[in-house]
Amino acid sequence: MRELTYVEATLEALDSAMARDPSIFVVGEGIGERGGNFNTTVGLYDKYGPERLCDTPISERGFVGMCAGAAMTGTRPVVDFMFLDFILDAFGELVNQIAKMQYMSSGRLKMPILLRGAIGIGHSAATHHSGSYYPIFAHLPGFRVVVPAIPSDAKGLFTTALQSDDPVLFLEHKSLLFNRGEVPEGEYAIPFGQARIAREGSDCTLVAIGSMVDKSVAVCDKLAEDGVSAEVIDPRTIAPLDMETILESVSKTGRLLIVDETFQPCGVGAEIAAQVIDQGFDDLDAPIRRLNGAHVPTPYSPPLELAIVPEPDDIEQSVRDLLAE
Amino acid sequence: MPQSEQLLSLYRQMLIIRYTEEQLARSHQMGLIHGACHTYVGEEAIATGVCAHLRPDDAVFSTHRGHGHALAKGVSPREVVAELFGRATGCSQGRGGSMHLFKPEVGMMGTSGIVGPCILQATGAGYSFKLLKSDQVGVAFFGDGAVNNGAFHEGLNLASIWKLPTLFVCENNLYATEVPFSYSSGNPHVGNRGPAYGMESLTVDGNDVLAVYEAAEEAVQRARGGEGPTLIECRTYRTRAHSEGMRDAGYRTQEEVEAWKERDPITRYNEWLLENEEAGPETLAGIEAEVKEMVADAEEFARNSPWPEPDTVSEHVFNQR
Repeated sequence: MRELTYVEATLEALDSAMARDPSIFVVGEGIGERGGNFNTTVGLYDKYGPERLCDTPISERGFVGMCAGAAMTGTRPVVDFMFLDFILDAFGELVNQIAKMQYMSSGRLKMPILLRGAIGIGHSAATHHSGSYYPIFAHLPGFRVVVPAIPSDAKGLFTTALQSDDPVLFLEHKSLLFNRGEVPEGEYAIPFGQARIAREGSDCTLVAIGSMVDKSVAVCDKLAEDGVSAEVIDPRTIAPLDMETILESVSKTGRLLIVDETFQPCGVGAEIAAQVIDQGFDDLDAPIRRLNGAHVPTPYSPPLELAIVPEPDDIEQSVRDLLAE
Repeated sequence: MPQSEQLLSLYRQMLIIRYTEEQLARSHQMGLIHGACHTYVGEEAIATGVCAHLRPDDAVFSTHRGHGHALAKGVSPREVVAELFGRATGCSQGRGGSMHLFKPEVGMMGTSGIVGPCILQATGAGYSFKLLKSDQVGVAFFGDGAVNNGAFHEGLNLASIWKLPTLFVCENNLYATEVPFSYSSGNPHVGNRGPAYGMESLTVDGNDVLAVYEAAEEAVQRARGGEGPTLIECRTYRTRAHSEGMRDAGYRTQEEVEAWKERDPITRYNEWLLENEEAGPETLAGIEAEVKEMVADAEEFARNSPWPEPDTVSEHVFNQR
């Protein structure tokens, strides 16, 4: 099968959806002629013009609130934040308006808005260009939160996001954007709330998110040489969260480690652990473990930055500790 | 100048708002309204004069003081009163209350408990209508309090650079809750701020329904014709407390309130209709009686309406489950 990068995969999904649906438009800084800081819209300006590839002022609250109004009146905005950190200037519009609009209107309004941005720590981007924030959005009723890990998932989930009548946060880890992988041709949609088993195994379960998926798979492949059979689950969407697949895996392995770059307190791992204890307590042969990024703002200096992200050695040690319990 | 029939229709619309608001105030005292209730008494001319030019497919976005906008846009008194009573028959089926009135079927795209977002959402409606090449318009109603919020700056700038078909209607009632606009704003005017954004803007007497009507007519024509947005400052005053049941003292004088009551938009318009022989006293009395009955019916309808079923509480968080 042909290979595409993660970004090329989403671009293909966006292009074919825009060709079919004239109500889709994209807003963001430098997403017009320039094609996006991360090449998310390359070539689309020439095809669809400035109204559908709409460069904005640095006015995040303004254009997010504007896109809320657009989504309520018959169009399907895609907001390209470049770095997701910039979304925070629009937090009130997101939480008080976009997430609540369908409920407030008793379902008479839809909110088909796709909010995309690059997340994650790396390349000394420092603390205003490294955030992920998805646990915050997953906490709130009204959002779909998508964190694809591989190019083929990025394309299929982006297609679903473009068809959704709910607000979707589509979060792309910077370290994944230019990874290549096999991507099917043509349009296809991957439903939200269906995890992918990235690696099968029977001794322990790793739930890994975003950039941690490939890292965890690589570590587990290495551990297989020592006879360890680890399963890696990629939830793909944090909201909705496919607990069924996770519980099924834990019922087989009895051991669970959650690997996530975002903060531990009140995080995705805490939620998964609580649900496994609630619904799968008798399946557990060991305490549930979490491996997270450090609970600090992201530092700039490379050695400091490296110190706060779970690295392959950390993952390997956590798996060995879990198996020794 | 509106035609004779339209002149009476403006009178009737202002009365629908006034009588509904007075009914809501009484119902609030009786404990039938469960949360906040911000009335529009004294400001009726603005929603009435603007919405007279709007079609059901034009989109209105409003504020916490939004009952008048909903009524003028075509939400019935029954649906408004029932919503404030928290009933299943309310326009938001009991999920919204006073500050979240929705009826997209008539272009009432919602009122909001947060000051400012309506400006951005009306800008977004303008963006939709431009992209879809329709001649619909988006309208934001907001108070003077919103003018000092970043949403005003960002929304007006975006609407201007893309020449969006949007009206920004500022109801300057001189106080943001209880903080005077004269204190909180470095520029004491709103109507002169358009040029800062490359936009047409003007100030009108918000207690003169015909002045509002004429300003809105030009702005709506400009928007429908693809000539861009307009900012209209309507100078007005709310003669009741910020919210029903709140102490209305310590920030304005009784003399000031009484002086503005002298400029009541409905009384003034009633006198204008009579003086200009556009209507006789019997005609106006007939309209008053009809609207009184309509509002009494709305109250009775709301009081006898069923409560929402508690087991529906999780519905509508998402479009798709």
